[in-house]
Amino acid sequence: MRHGKYPFIAGFLAAPAILYLVFVIGPYAQAFQIALTNWRGVTAHADYVGLENFSRIFQDDLFWKAMRNHGEMLLAVPLLTIVLALFFAFLLNVAGKRRAGSSSGLPGSGFYRVVFFFPQVLSIAVVGVLFQVVYRPDESGVLNGILGWFGAEPVGFLTEPGVALWAIMGVMIWSGVGFYLVLFSAGMASIPKELYEAAELEGAGRVRVFFSITLPLLRNTVQVAWVYLGIGVLDGFALVQVLSVNNGGPDGATTVVGMQVWQNAFAYYKFGYASAMGVVLFFVVMSVTALTLRLTRREQLEY
Amino acid sequence: MATPTQTDAPAGTERPAPVAARTRRPPGTREQVRLLSGMAHLSLAVWALAVVLPLLFTFLGSFKNTEELFGDPFALPGELRWDNWARAWNTAHVGRYVLNSLVVVGFGVTGTMLLGSMAAYVLARYTFPGRKLVYYMFVSGLTFPVFLALVPLFFVVKNLGLLGTHTGLVLVYIAYSLPFTVFFLTAFFKTLPSEVAEAAVVDGCSHTRTFFQVMLPMAKPAVVSLTIFNVLGQWNQYLLPLVLLPGDAESKWVLPQGIASISTAAGNQADWGALFAALSISIIPVLVVYVIFQRQIQSGLTAGALK
Repeated sequence: MRHGKYPFIAGFLAAPAILYLVFVIGPYAQAFQIALTNWRGVTAHADYVGLENFSRIFQDDLFWKAMRNHGEMLLAVPLLTIVLALFFAFLLNVAGKRRAGSSSGLPGSGFYRVVFFFPQVLSIAVVGVLFQVVYRPDESGVLNGILGWFGAEPVGFLTEPGVALWAIMGVMIWSGVGFYLVLFSAGMASIPKELYEAAELEGAGRVRVFFSITLPLLRNTVQVAWVYLGIGVLDGFALVQVLSVNNGGPDGATTVVGMQVWQNAFAYYKFGYASAMGVVLFFVVMSVTALTLRLTRREQLEY
Repeated sequence: MATPTQTDAPAGTERPAPVAARTRRPPGTREQVRLLSGMAHLSLAVWALAVVLPLLFTFLGSFKNTEELFGDPFALPGELRWDNWARAWNTAHVGRYVLNSLVVVGFGVTGTMLLGSMAAYVLARYTFPGRKLVYYMFVSGLTFPVFLALVPLFFVVKNLGLLGTHTGLVLVYIAYSLPFTVFFLTAFFKTLPSEVAEAAVVDGCSHTRTFFQVMLPMAKPAVVSLTIFNVLGQWNQYLLPLVLLPGDAESKWVLPQGIASISTAAGNQADWGALFAALSISIIPVLVVYVIFQRQIQSGLTAGALK
């Protein structure tokens, strides 16, 4: 049985490991090195400038706009997505008529579940183009068309600085709710029926059942969702690149760090500077993930 | 005197009978429940509409001419203008983008699943020096933002002469899909019983044959979920093609990239009807596939988050 074990292991691991080292580990390691140079890609050689790129990043107006946008998104997008997804998941799984002690979703749950998940299978780039149409600044846009029925003036959803970021966040929430709805539904399905039966016998209403039984037992899933949404919000590049005016405009109102990395690298050819920004983003992602896990940590409930 | 009036007054209205109190709700809440359930249905319907409306609008728009497209968004198209679709497919190159995407995702996912399951199998079921190190090397990729690697990755691909080629994009897709695939499949291979594999080896089956003919078929549910996960992920990928298939490689572009460029290049004199048709072409097949396989797709996509 042991015969030929090592050649077999080496044979199976060689291709994936080489591919992974060349295209993933190598670039990640190099990024830290390039971040310390003023490399602009024209010559093979680059000068080490120490931490100069980083000190420039911290004086970069657009970088701080991007960070502020990430901050706003980190507060709003996970919260609203999770609240909506939990609410809908509860309606579709638990809130229906209770027959013979077992609770089920409202009628039509199957249909809603399929429809709500739609955005998740679409490319973010396609979703971005889709919402250009929804957000059109005159009455031929879907939203402004609806506003027009009520006699409201058309809104420049993507061109007004105070509105544009919310327009982008709206799309993130629009596409995320279905995914987390399905995630929470799976979590709700694993909650024992007896708990709902007991609550029913005690005369607890649906709202009470939700806050006293469903939510505490879904804690871990909600935590996972929060981390995922946080990481997603710290990306946001594709949507901003396709949907916003002037790649993160108006005037940086919707820009994200990914957009700044991409522009500095492939529009201005500041490869050292762009890599340094990537390094900063890496530490931001790490901190946000660690912080989320830390803040939401609590003893696991056994059931 | 005081005693009877005090007890009489509530008796006439809605004092719940003491025995029924625990099992039956007091009559007042029944109305409340109906109101709540009405609002529940309303909120579900509103969200469903919010999801469907932009898609429906795009589909209707694909038959409209420019004049109609800048009119009332909810008006129906005057006639079914299939020529919008024809222009999208040919003039706007959507046909080519679809084909490119099929080729890239076909090779990308096949490669990912093959290499990923091979690595995961070895990491899960064999002990050798450095096993933990290799495993953590793969899994560490889950925590890094792609933007960190963007600049060096561009030059690695460029120096290999693979910039603007499908080969380059496929290899990069495979490499960046490996962390999650290896992570997920390693966990799955660990749960498989070892008796079957041992029996196969006793029967004189080589390690390689044991893997392909015994263990891989046993891992089918996990492989199916991950294949779906990777197909959707690679089909919808936008950033990597944007960087690795730059402007001068337009004939190699994949679908999301092509659609986005049609819309940004558009401006005011654009062929809006064709843009809407192009969007419909990129949305409808995906939705049809999704509706057919929705159970598998939902579990495939969420399985990742629950692990």
